[in-house]
Amino acid sequence: MVKTPGATAANTNDQRPDTATIWAWLDDVPDPEIPVISVVDLGIVRDVAWGDDQRLQVTLTPTYSGCPATAVIALDVETALRQRGISAIDLHTQLAPAWTTDWLSDKGRARLVEYGIAPPNPKGGVPDDCPRCHSARVSRISQFGSTPCKAQWRCDDCLEPFDYFKCI
Amino acid sequence: MTVSTDALFQCLLRLGDNTLILGQRLGEWCGHAPALEEDIALANTALDLMGQTRHWLTLAGEVEGKGRSEDDLAMLRDVWDFRNVLLVEQPIRDYGHTLMRQFLFDHYHLLMLRGLSESADSRLGDIAAKSVKEVTYHAERSAELIIALGDGTEESHMRMQDALDRLFPFAGELFETDAIDEDLAQHGIAPLPSSLRPAFEAQLDIVLAEATLSKPTDSFAHKGGRTGFRHTEHLGHLLASMQWLQRAYPGAQW
Repeated sequence: MVKTPGATAANTNDQRPDTATIWAWLDDVPDPEIPVISVVDLGIVRDVAWGDDQRLQVTLTPTYSGCPATAVIALDVETALRQRGISAIDLHTQLAPAWTTDWLSDKGRARLVEYGIAPPNPKGGVPDDCPRCHSARVSRISQFGSTPCKAQWRCDDCLEPFDYFKCI
Repeated sequence: MTVSTDALFQCLLRLGDNTLILGQRLGEWCGHAPALEEDIALANTALDLMGQTRHWLTLAGEVEGKGRSEDDLAMLRDVWDFRNVLLVEQPIRDYGHTLMRQFLFDHYHLLMLRGLSESADSRLGDIAAKSVKEVTYHAERSAELIIALGDGTEESHMRMQDALDRLFPFAGELFETDAIDEDLAQHGIAPLPSSLRPAFEAQLDIVLAEATLSKPTDSFAHKGGRTGFRHTEHLGHLLASMQWLQRAYPGAQW
């Protein structure tokens, strides 16, 4: 960590943004695959805390074990924090508790619908309705979709295919 | 007394090599599957398995304590050091074989991971609890397809029965139990593979009945993969393709 010559521990502390501010900054980092929602909306940022050594400790969790976006997300988070002037960052990966779509924020769910993706339905593996025309008459095309977190569905009324964010 | 480092290392290789080799096999369908949705589904399943492989082999390297990374373990070992079951290294053959192998493996895998998620070693437990969610989805999908194709046309039924007859003798090795497994089970690290067999058979019987397929009655099992005693010739060919870059350009980095 680079220290300003002559800076005391006390005023170094004063310059540190509080964690609420940092959470707000991270809420501006888009998910690389679904850019309308942020990495915070997605629930993959699990913790932000200042360590005793003045280094920022950021804990991330992967959505799916093999999701290729995981490495990109870690890089994007670090880049965003560096742009805000924080250079002493330690990124941690945490597997437990395992990521669940329950952690998706309400803002994130609303943004998904606007973007044309049906949000995960906690009541089961079936979307509530078509994100375009809101018809409840929908049928599954494929259990897997364009990314590990999505399945392919189709609306039986407007006939448009759409992505469903799988509930796990 | 704690479990021996070697037993734990072997356990992690068995887990990670199964997912690595099966992931590689599924990847062979990428761009070649009979329908776009199937292509995507297999690639996604392979991706889940590769992600799980990274967790298992990274931990294996840490446990071994010789500084080997996930990549070293995946790319710099030869056939005799792999500990995957023979089932996963079998060629993809036709789509029926690919799906039947997946079905047999998924249902074993799910039971093993559920047991592991209660492991006394939280490092294994955390990876297993994460993987269970993904593999639950794989198992649902493969059972649905076995039923659809087994109870489908005359041709699809015949192909699925062929695949079952050929692959069922490889299922026995999944439940083989040796001294390493007993050591792990005694310490609450992993369930005894043999203890998973009744639940596996029960699940198999339900799905196969619905799929109008007959389970072979012969209990002969091909073995030798998970102990490293003897792999089939197919693993060498798979590794030659998977590891060609490190073989052609040793030490090459991304």
